[in-house]
Amino acid sequence: MILTQEQQAILNGEKGETLAKVMKTLVMYGDAFEAEKLVPITSTYNHLVTSFGLKVMSPVYDLMQQILDAGVASGQKFSVDPRPLDKNVPANFLQNLVFNKFMYTKQDYYEDQLEKLGLMDKDAFSCTCYMDEVGNKPKKGDILSWAESSAVVYANSVLGARCNRNSGIIDIMGSIVGYVPYFGLLTDEGRKATWVVKVQTTGKPEAQLLGSAIGMKVMEDVPYVVGLDQWIGTELNDAACSYLKDFGAATASNGAVGLYHIANLTPEAVELGESLIAEGAKEYVIDDAELARVQANYPVMWKNPDATPKLCFVGCPHLSLEQLKDWTDRIEAGLKASGNKKVLIPTVLTAAPKVLEAFNKTDYAARLKATGVITSYICPLMYMNNPLCKKMPVITSSNKLRTYTSSRYYTDAEILNAITKEGK
Amino acid sequence: MKQFKGRVVAPGTCTAEALVTTEGFNTLASFQMALQFGDKEVKCGDQNNKDLHGKPMIGKALCLPQTIGSTTGGLVLYCACAMEKNPACMLFANHIDSLAAAGAILADVWVDGVSMPVVDCLGDEFLHYVKDGMTITVKEDGVVEVE
Repeated sequence: MILTQEQQAILNGEKGETLAKVMKTLVMYGDAFEAEKLVPITSTYNHLVTSFGLKVMSPVYDLMQQILDAGVASGQKFSVDPRPLDKNVPANFLQNLVFNKFMYTKQDYYEDQLEKLGLMDKDAFSCTCYMDEVGNKPKKGDILSWAESSAVVYANSVLGARCNRNSGIIDIMGSIVGYVPYFGLLTDEGRKATWVVKVQTTGKPEAQLLGSAIGMKVMEDVPYVVGLDQWIGTELNDAACSYLKDFGAATASNGAVGLYHIANLTPEAVELGESLIAEGAKEYVIDDAELARVQANYPVMWKNPDATPKLCFVGCPHLSLEQLKDWTDRIEAGLKASGNKKVLIPTVLTAAPKVLEAFNKTDYAARLKATGVITSYICPLMYMNNPLCKKMPVITSSNKLRTYTSSRYYTDAEILNAITKEGK
Repeated sequence: MKQFKGRVVAPGTCTAEALVTTEGFNTLASFQMALQFGDKEVKCGDQNNKDLHGKPMIGKALCLPQTIGSTTGGLVLYCACAMEKNPACMLFANHIDSLAAAGAILADVWVDGVSMPVVDCLGDEFLHYVKDGMTITVKEDGVVEVE
């Protein structure tokens, strides 16, 4: 890798040993992918994936402390993934004991470190940092050093920013020196599609299911999706962006997609069209039968597959304001149709603290509360990430949550039916 | 004995017993429970990985195509190394992925006294040939001997 004089000086230790180690990490990381150079980060804010103060992750907090002690924290402020705990979310005595006394004992310590490292504000905890209410929305062409997979794929695909699927810690290292290695999704060549996905369904495909099917097929490759614009339009409005948020998170978690193009909709597809498709690209046709096949093949991880669900999570990744309003309308209508007053399964809708703040200023908030639904800023993944919750029958419309936990996936319509009518 | 030549991602040498998966290695799912609950053998906790689930990983020559899963994967691998709960080495048939590369490099740069050589691009034939329990020797130049 060719370094500038300034970068080489940092690597040589002229600005201290800690900064030299940060630079060495990035240079080795770039060398692993044959990067020719480091390029400047241009986004206003960074975003970190590590939001949890897990006792077992102590080496991470020790590393963060080294950075703080050396006084080399980045000047670039950042948002961070959601908090792992929220007392609003139902948990029994034993679960609370495990969460607070065993697992997340480093939470306060780590949040203190985050503030010192440059957290945007005390509520900047969400995987959907790009929501207007949160305020960390990169511009087209911005170079990022992010790691949260659902945010990376959204920033690349919907916003037209440029970011690789980095690991946690690499995200903050890039921000500290202000550079990231130039490879993969940062390059024009790396953003070309090696798959053409043809959507031939008879109705609007479920975002999380379509994303799952594509993710599992193309893995880390870039898909160019045709035929989806007939269902979600050719304008990046709130509804389309919410759809693409959920679609992208599923491609990234069920596979390892960091960028997708939607014909006639996402910025690079609109600008460059089919010239984005690489020579020899493979083809994948998705129809109703294919989506049904994909859903039917999800393993059921519950000990008793017929158990009655004890909890329902909607909002992984976090919901948008429009989605919160939409769910309120649908849950009210579902309860009215079934003659029930409250949801039959404890249900948690999750969103960014700032989005919830905006939601709570609308009359929808009281209406949703009246249905018995709880709102929270929690990370459902972190909540589920322990042996006690693994035994719980939890349902969700998130394919990311399904992938990483024992929760069971249902479509939005199936979830609505379960919580308002069937209770199972 | 058969030799394979790969590319060195994290330097070092070692001799260890092979532990092989032909499926993607989910770093978070594999290490999480073992690190969380102090399992000295570091048994693989990924119930979706039929090759590895329940098998001890500490000190083994982990042979794999690539890692998959959460982008916390790199920091989990870094923590495993910092806690000395890591495999002896990681040997990738494919080009290393960004998460595994990050974990291996973070460990190499930031953890004192721990060596976990990482070699990638060993090829499909490597994974076809190597089996659990075989003896692996990793050399400084990326040559991997299997016997």
